[in-house]
Amino acid sequence: MTWTRKHLLAIEGMSLDEIEQIHATAAAFKKILKRSVKKVPALRGKTIVNLFLEPSTRTRLAFDMAAKRLSADVITFDAASSSTQKGETLRDTAQNIQALNADMIVIRHSAAGSPLYLSQILDIPVINAGDGAHEHPTQGLLDTFTMKEHLGSMKGRKVAILGDILFSRVARSNIHALTKMGSAVTLVGPSTLVPHGFTAMGAKVSHDLKSALADADVVMLLRIQHERQGHRHFPSIGEYTSMFGLNKTRASWLNPRAIIMHPGPINRGVEIDSELADGERSVILEQVTNGIAIRMAALYLCAGNQPENVIMSTE
Amino acid sequence: MPALWIRRARVVDPASRRDSTGDLFVRDGRIVPSLSPAERARARKIDARGLVAAPGLVDIHVHFREPGQTHKETIATGSRAAAAGGFTTVVCMPNTTPPADNAGTIQYILDAARRDALVKVLPTGCITIGMKGEALAPIGSLKRAGVVAITDDGDCVQSNEVMRRAIEYAKMFDLPVLDHCQDQSMTDGAVMNEGDMAIRLGLRGWPNAAEDLVVSRNVILSSYTGAHIHVQHVSSSRAVDIIRRAKADGVRITAEATPHHIALTDAALSTYDTNFKMNPPLRTEADRAAIIAGLRDGTLDCIATDHAPHTDYEKDREFDYAPNGILGLETALPVVLEVLVRQNRFRLARALDLMTRRPARILSLPAGSLAVGAAADICIFDPEEEWTYDAKAGYSKSSNSPWHGRKLRGRVKATVVDGRIVFPFAAS
Repeated sequence: MTWTRKHLLAIEGMSLDEIEQIHATAAAFKKILKRSVKKVPALRGKTIVNLFLEPSTRTRLAFDMAAKRLSADVITFDAASSSTQKGETLRDTAQNIQALNADMIVIRHSAAGSPLYLSQILDIPVINAGDGAHEHPTQGLLDTFTMKEHLGSMKGRKVAILGDILFSRVARSNIHALTKMGSAVTLVGPSTLVPHGFTAMGAKVSHDLKSALADADVVMLLRIQHERQGHRHFPSIGEYTSMFGLNKTRASWLNPRAIIMHPGPINRGVEIDSELADGERSVILEQVTNGIAIRMAALYLCAGNQPENVIMSTE
Repeated sequence: MPALWIRRARVVDPASRRDSTGDLFVRDGRIVPSLSPAERARARKIDARGLVAAPGLVDIHVHFREPGQTHKETIATGSRAAAAGGFTTVVCMPNTTPPADNAGTIQYILDAARRDALVKVLPTGCITIGMKGEALAPIGSLKRAGVVAITDDGDCVQSNEVMRRAIEYAKMFDLPVLDHCQDQSMTDGAVMNEGDMAIRLGLRGWPNAAEDLVVSRNVILSSYTGAHIHVQHVSSSRAVDIIRRAKADGVRITAEATPHHIALTDAALSTYDTNFKMNPPLRTEADRAAIIAGLRDGTLDCIATDHAPHTDYEKDREFDYAPNGILGLETALPVVLEVLVRQNRFRLARALDLMTRRPARILSLPAGSLAVGAAADICIFDPEEEWTYDAKAGYSKSSNSPWHGRKLRGRVKATVVDGRIVFPFAAS
């Protein structure tokens, strides 16, 4: 297998082989993360700029840590401190970053399509760390990586994604990754947040929690972004929880070996019972750990390296 | 001014049902039946063998951005783009800075047009003050100042009560009311058509229903008051159905379609190219087909471009933040020839009718005819010439076109306004 991709913009255009290359590379990096010295010199001398134009905690920390584990120099721009606040365009900001001789740029932006736009402007690799409601490819990759760790092959597996699908880039990236991997994806939640149009992406759409969760191997919960939706998409948080919140009774509908996932940040007592979030089926914190390995793989491969090099070095 | 003798053209004049090869004669800015031998000897001659001579095209929906947004377009540059596209009469929307909601601004536009324009530039005025949808603009003084219609284009009047009073009042002056039909409560933050493509791209969608509801509102209000409402840039298939039924019921409603809504769909947005972002948005194949069917059976009355220039630096940014709108004047004719004539088998005369006589009739403009005595506004084009459109080399001040770099078939060779050749441009 050979990695030829320069930018990581979306899972939609990726092949299954590419997804597996990232997973295999991440598995090798994960071994390194368990060593006492958790650092490799793979990207020594390279400068990675994290351009986070929308608030983020987990993803930003994971990219930051991943770059450091690869011995790259990292500079992080926050929305608040960047000159976009002073009216500079994204093109100008990005060109300035390139002019500072950055080797790679990681972008988080509230506007869908911005990473693709940057990739058309810049010569350096662009990694999408989440663009609006479009995609969050490294999240989809780390989620499917985590699923494979627990369930082995995802072919024929049943995955339920529950919550605010309409505004979720995490859902979209997972739908693309999982359908390529042969899983059956069911999207479930209120009809206003899970429109029928998602069937065109190869997922099933359901508003019946019981049938959607029945025998599922994975349930992935998404945060209810009530602040974004106002009060038009569902009446109240309380009603959401009573209709779609994951509690013990509802979790019993799942396959007994099923895992519970959440990309974070979680709202305890809203989309998930506190007990379940901390329970033995929850892999929420493993997702965070795997997030570092996946981002190391993404940075490493898009910098022009091949999977074999790191895989062999850790075998 | 010398007489003009256009020789051996295929003369297509829908207004006089003429479609035959022959000559056109112009004297003193008007179409005449013939020229005397002496006049012919001195006349300026255009050899139009293989070319079509049609009435100058009429566009009842353009944005020339003057006053106040002259970094995007001016009446001078916009009218050059119009002339290059074969248009001899254009109607400007009033969403300038400040909005054209008073007689003074109309006078400013008319003065600029008289001074700078190569083609006939006619103003519209606002329906409401500042296009805020609240208080009526001084519609009577706007009429006296010379507007040919009123509209809050881009900012659809949301209040049914305000719209009802506006059309009732404008009816007294025989002023048509042009409406950009959009229920804004349903399109908050929307940047493209709502549907499968918006879901895939993660962009907020603007549903057909938001257009359909306001088109229905307009049908009901027009029917109630007897006032004429013209529906701008229909993009939704159901809106076509609603208009069709209203016309069958005798309601005074007319409607336009843009070249982009008959040629393109939201499938074109897959790369987030902001030159495909406009309002109303590109919709689905079913919508596109319904609009073409509406043009075919007369439900939709005319083609209008919604020529909406924006600078490169305004368009060159995140899709969510780029302004709505694309150029239209320089590409409209070849796009209409491609979609309606070649792909959908409209007769050439029928397609040209949609760009000449019919739009003129909607606003009662003295244009769109080659009948003897009519103003000699003429568009001469080669229906077969293939050329590659370079928006940067075009005549608009802006270059925001989805057809940039595309091969087009059909090219304007000359444009005549009141008997003067305004395109190709005279050397200056």
